[in-house]
Amino acid sequence: MSADLAGLLYLVASVFFILALKGLSSPTSARRGNLIGIVGMAIAVVTTLLSPHVLSFGWILAGLVAGGAIGVVIALRIQMTAMPQLVAAFHSLVGLAAVLVAAAALYAPEAYGIGTAGAIKLASRIEMSLGIVIGAVTFSGSVVAFCKLQGLVSGSPVVFRGQHLLNLLIGIAVVAFGALFVHGEAHEVFWLMTGLAFLVGFLIIIPIGGADMPVVISMLNSYSGWAASGIGFTLENNLLIVTGALVGSSGAILSYIMCKGMNRSFVSVILGGFGAEGGAAVAGSGERTVKQGSAEDAAFIMGNASKVIIIPGYGMAVAQAQHALREMGDLLKKAGVEVRYAIHPVAGRMPGHMNVLLAEANVPYDDVFELEQINSEFPSTDVAFVIGANDVVNPAAKTDTSSPIYGMPILDAENARTVLFVKRSLASGYAGVDNPLFYRSNTMMLFGDAKKMCEEVVKAL
Amino acid sequence: MEAAAAIDPFIFRVTIFVLAIFVGYYVVWSVTPALHTPLMSVTNAISSVIIVGALIAAGPEGFGLAKLLGFAAVVLASVNIFGGFAVTQRMLQMFRPKKT
Repeated sequence: MSADLAGLLYLVASVFFILALKGLSSPTSARRGNLIGIVGMAIAVVTTLLSPHVLSFGWILAGLVAGGAIGVVIALRIQMTAMPQLVAAFHSLVGLAAVLVAAAALYAPEAYGIGTAGAIKLASRIEMSLGIVIGAVTFSGSVVAFCKLQGLVSGSPVVFRGQHLLNLLIGIAVVAFGALFVHGEAHEVFWLMTGLAFLVGFLIIIPIGGADMPVVISMLNSYSGWAASGIGFTLENNLLIVTGALVGSSGAILSYIMCKGMNRSFVSVILGGFGAEGGAAVAGSGERTVKQGSAEDAAFIMGNASKVIIIPGYGMAVAQAQHALREMGDLLKKAGVEVRYAIHPVAGRMPGHMNVLLAEANVPYDDVFELEQINSEFPSTDVAFVIGANDVVNPAAKTDTSSPIYGMPILDAENARTVLFVKRSLASGYAGVDNPLFYRSNTMMLFGDAKKMCEEVVKAL
Repeated sequence: MEAAAAIDPFIFRVTIFVLAIFVGYYVVWSVTPALHTPLMSVTNAISSVIIVGALIAAGPEGFGLAKLLGFAAVVLASVNIFGGFAVTQRMLQMFRPKKT
């Protein structure tokens, strides 16, 4: 296949990828979009296999089959609640693949037409350094994110003195080694630079706590795209450049949306440590009383309501309560109650996490609303049923200028006639901020596991 | 007679890169927030198009370090491509409208 024809086919693949993303603008077109993406990928792979550089197929076929089988098995077995860690793990693979491809280009530059070993083109050396550094940071950062989400290590921020200074020094060292490599193409320097880049990825993610994970995952998503673009520049391949740019900007937009959902700057999330000193600020407020209720009370209140809005949070995912919750919603609907779901942009551990869980439990997507769509409805709502969420309904975000979450957009559950809170304890949420909503006279706390509580409510209905 | 000097191909690539960022920007803003998780998994799958580079490294006859690196990258990228598209499809199957 001629290089021109291959270039055109790569263009077709790029267009298919754009259409795949475009398909996600609505759930009705999304499945077709995904299929278009698969076709685009098939075109890209087949085109490359037919190129004059690819002469032996045994290893490649073995790799495709082995990797493909592993991927499919994981994809079909994974629980929907584990989606954040799966995505983090997948990001790490893109990062590592970028590192491997950049290294392969270093040892066999002839295959890519970017010079000969020891005399790689200057521009390619620069691009190669960029690609491998971003890839390495993506890899180790994603591994840390995976471990935190999977619970292999504590999700709380790891902070120590001089952390940012250390990161800065290592960052400078990476740049210095990069310059040295570009200058002399020494392989030792190349690997030193890569090793330090792995360390950077590790160090920048450890200080970031669990509930900031939506930003971290989006950010790593973005990095994996830029890494692909960097490799695209190195290998002079337009398809990689375009795809990397698409993914990179997608991840960047998601990071932006997540930061806005928490009213925090990207820089403050990256510097980390948020929530580490939580709790101290709220001590001494223990004398207020809360109203505690049972599942029967909750069933009675909701059964007599005409409008109920359910607000799920990460606690619902942890308790795997989505199915029991949907059952409860269905029973209420049968009793003539209008039931809707309200999703805060940063609920859960990744963008759209709650939507996927509700969809898994067969909640129709037109019953599920975003914050802006539903917030004006709370005053006319009888019951706000908050399950496993806390900070996203905390009215302190509106009133208390000293609160760490001040300014964060919240779901106005407080405006509903009655607020039901399913929670294991009165503990503050991730941000370490007390929630004054617990102590309101129209709030009833339902202490217990989210799943059990829903099942008990179902029984009582 | 320097008028006919060709543009460095690098400039073309930067042009493509910047324009693709803009395309990505506008396309992704049109994605409904409900599908942000599938968006992440599908972008993850397509960024594994890096397999193109891996295939070229794993392609030559004979055996060498570059080929081994390429093979490893093919395996990793395949996990991602198959896994990413499959899990996206699985999620999207679950998004259903209200039965009327």
